[in-house]
Amino acid sequence: MTLALINVKTREVQIKIVYYGPGRGGKTTNLEYINNKYRDQIKTEMVSLKTQDDRTLFFDFLPFDVGRIKGFDVTIQLYTVPGQVKYNATRRLVLRGVDGIVFVADVRKEQRRKNIESLNQLYENLETYSIDLFKMPLVMQYNKIDLKDSGIEILPTQVLQKDLNSVLRAPAFEASAVSGGNVIPTLKKIITLTLSSIQDQLF
Amino acid sequence: MFNQSQLDAVDSTILNNLIGSGVDHVIFMDMAGNTIAKHHHGKSRLDSTAFAALAAGNFAAVDAMAKLVGESEFSLLFHKGEKSSIHFSKVNEDTLLITMFNKDISLGLVRLKVAETVKDINHILDAE
Repeated sequence: MTLALINVKTREVQIKIVYYGPGRGGKTTNLEYINNKYRDQIKTEMVSLKTQDDRTLFFDFLPFDVGRIKGFDVTIQLYTVPGQVKYNATRRLVLRGVDGIVFVADVRKEQRRKNIESLNQLYENLETYSIDLFKMPLVMQYNKIDLKDSGIEILPTQVLQKDLNSVLRAPAFEASAVSGGNVIPTLKKIITLTLSSIQDQLF
Repeated sequence: MFNQSQLDAVDSTILNNLIGSGVDHVIFMDMAGNTIAKHHHGKSRLDSTAFAALAAGNFAAVDAMAKLVGESEFSLLFHKGEKSSIHFSKVNEDTLLITMFNKDISLGLVRLKVAETVKDINHILDAE
């Protein structure tokens, strides 16, 4: 199991949370929304390594402070992975040292298979670091539910829960990252889960 | 996880060997992109958080390339710029030492001082 970086000297805790999921599912959009919403708590610019056509090449990176917990200054480092199938080697690199995961699934009906494949690959990628997905703080986000209003066929939440979450049983949110719907509740949930999983290490 | 006396000793070797030799900025970090110790000569405005995240990604990518060409690792990386340069060195399986320096100091001296610092840090971390 990997551990969050806890520095007893500077009294800082750094936590790495990775947004994972199939390509064009809305991982970067989640981070962009958080970046705009919490501008005051974010000291640095969001870093995005993109391809020319604006798709994530390596990762997006967004650090922000959540204040003091048990006398430690806690910084959350948010990362995304590239979603395109061919970038699995880089996805695996970004997962190194991960403390918590948000799995962003795409609710469009045509993406059903890609969601499942991506989740399976997440499980395998974590295995290469001897991390068990079942023991990892995890939140499911079913993104793009707003598309229903434009007449696009989407998967019912029960189907997504059955496909992706019937065994993992992680907290799940329907979301619309583009308008910010449930982006912050998703974030708060993964922070709470991750912090409680490392709390024993703080003393 | 490092204890207080280890972190003190790491700070001290970085300050003596590297900052004392005139390098601009040193970051000791883990491979996940978290900073463990950072020091500079006093007038740096570097965004070290973002820098560490990118440095970890960069090193990890080069490390993966090494494996593809049949090398066990490229343990040393160097990026040369017009005014400043960056030197990456693997300390152990989990940590990296990054040194930024300007043209007033030679690469040879940096490599020598980095090698001494890496040896010191490994010694400190082993003495748990």
